[in-house]
Amino acid sequence: MSVLIDKKTKIIVQGFTGKMGSFHAEEMIKYGTNVVGGVTPGKGGMKHLNLPVFNTVKEAVKNTGASASILFVPPAFAADSAMEAADAGIKTCVAIVDGIPSHDMIKIKRYMRRYSRTEKMTLVGPNCAGVISPGKAMLGIMPGHIYKEGKIGIIGRSGTLGYEAAQQLKNLNIGVSTSVGIGGDPINGSSFKDILEKFEEDDETEAVLMIGEIGGPQEVAAGKFAKENMKKPVIAYIAGLTAPKGRVMGHAGAIVSAYGESAVEKVELLKECGIIISKNPSVMGETVKSALNSKT
Amino acid sequence: MDIHEYQAKKILSGFGVTIPRGGIAYSPENAENKARELGGSKWVVKAQVHSGARGKAGGIIICNSSLEVAQAADKLLGKKLVTNQTGPEGKITNRVYIEEATDIKKELYLGLVFDRSSESIMVVASTEGGMSVEEISKNKPETIIRSKIEVAVGMQKFQAREIAFGLKIEPNLIARAADTIIGCYRAFSELDATMVEVNPLVISNQDQILALDCKMSFDNNALFRRNQVSELRDKTQENPNEVYASDRGLNYVSLDGNIGNIINGAGLAMASMDMIKLAGGEPANFLDVGGGATPEKIVKAFKLISMDEKVKVILVNIFAGINRCDWVAEGIVQALEKIDIKVPIVIRLAGTNVEKGNKILKESKIKYIEANTLEDAANKAVKALGN
Repeated sequence: MSVLIDKKTKIIVQGFTGKMGSFHAEEMIKYGTNVVGGVTPGKGGMKHLNLPVFNTVKEAVKNTGASASILFVPPAFAADSAMEAADAGIKTCVAIVDGIPSHDMIKIKRYMRRYSRTEKMTLVGPNCAGVISPGKAMLGIMPGHIYKEGKIGIIGRSGTLGYEAAQQLKNLNIGVSTSVGIGGDPINGSSFKDILEKFEEDDETEAVLMIGEIGGPQEVAAGKFAKENMKKPVIAYIAGLTAPKGRVMGHAGAIVSAYGESAVEKVELLKECGIIISKNPSVMGETVKSALNSKT
Repeated sequence: MDIHEYQAKKILSGFGVTIPRGGIAYSPENAENKARELGGSKWVVKAQVHSGARGKAGGIIICNSSLEVAQAADKLLGKKLVTNQTGPEGKITNRVYIEEATDIKKELYLGLVFDRSSESIMVVASTEGGMSVEEISKNKPETIIRSKIEVAVGMQKFQAREIAFGLKIEPNLIARAADTIIGCYRAFSELDATMVEVNPLVISNQDQILALDCKMSFDNNALFRRNQVSELRDKTQENPNEVYASDRGLNYVSLDGNIGNIINGAGLAMASMDMIKLAGGEPANFLDVGGGATPEKIVKAFKLISMDEKVKVILVNIFAGINRCDWVAEGIVQALEKIDIKVPIVIRLAGTNVEKGNKILKESKIKYIEANTLEDAANKAVKALGN
């Protein structure tokens, strides 16, 4: 198994016929992902990349049986597209787009409260690289070849730092069950905790690497969750030791505004929760390796 | 994005918040005329810079005649105001706000922010106005009132009343105070703000409830739909290199060290800066050229870093994904052929086609130090400082 997506997951692309949508849909297909079509309002009935295009997500779901989607729509329209996916019964939706207003993110999350826990869509992102279950499927924009198939779950706010981790693991001959980019915005579709919960339930995942950064309460909330509910080891690295207080470091969510939000404070709080800390970003792979060794 | 005090006041007054009468001035003569127009016998001249703590820094001057107003304006205009929030370089005062003085009976604190854990809007209030919220949390935490607002339905009257009673406002003023709090909430929610702070919110001797000082910040991602807000941007209040960067689609924050950074992705950039620090160096900047790291962006990044005189070594760290290392390497070579860089450059490439990328760099005429891992790159950058 893996979390969120596997080889069979039927996937549609929202914003399918645009430049970004087309390019990444082709990359996902090349990787072996089961892309079954796409949605571009007004272009329904067309064929694109030899796949059907639909006007609405509902039509796409009805005709293809898709259960996952990826959004390549501009930030101004992204909230609308995410809510459309939730309403059409999509179970996993990845929003790659950077630049969705925070007020819109809150709106999406309030909208999704109408669904029961089992009916509710998992929104991943925005402002993220997406989800990959190596050797199975890729619902994102990452370079698939740097991920080796295996048993480590990765959750990260940053795209390229996630790649760095995957490559360090690969160099040590350690593979990944699924890597989930939750994105760098202040309000995310899924939190570290939401994804940890899924990895704890996944038979194939043996340990989880959490790549956090300054800003917000999420990493610490995930640490508390792990302490109380998880048997699998969790390894964490927090980026931003040198970040000054009150400044946004690239990611809209990477800003220290309260106690517990700086890298040093997060590391201290995570240690108290029994999380294994990777002391710097160049030893994320080795820290995972030694955690696995001490486990067996 | 931040705006000036007088701009925030104008916005809030549009939402029913009462503000003292005042006007903006660009010259001492201008200021004197404003004071005469306002009438009365006591005025406050306030430097308009994007910073709090202006009073302690001498940026707020109380005047008893229109002549004093002109003198105060002359003292502030065209000068840099250094507060404990601006850093030692300070911020330029290009306009002053002339306001009628208020007789203060009571000073309160009112702030609205996003609460990231509950994903709602949080109102923070205290009876201890005039201090910063950090000082209040430290010295008088028991006076802090918090109220979470459900954004789907907006702030309810009872919530505003509860806050007002919590602030020990007299019964005859509760309705007015509640309207003020709701006005601030509406401005926050209707204009895509990320912060509204009225500090102090005062009750005057005449029993008026007035926003005496206020600050507002807005979500940069929402400016596309807030024209009336985005036109309030004042670039003279931002670091010039940061303005240069943001105009070119680069994410840049100027820092105090001497190792310049060019990195793709915000997380990897923060991680590389951490490695520099651990290797004994200090980063001169945060710079994210974007996950894609296109050759155009790399050229712009080198130009930007070359403008920073603090920089003694440049560290380039690119993890190429869909954009291949060979393509990135060509961008670096192009950039270095165009821009004359005098300081040592350490380059670490990783990801797709890394061998091809390194080969292109080696076969080019550019002078650089090759690094293989994050750690290697940081160590070599720090070492190059000594050479």
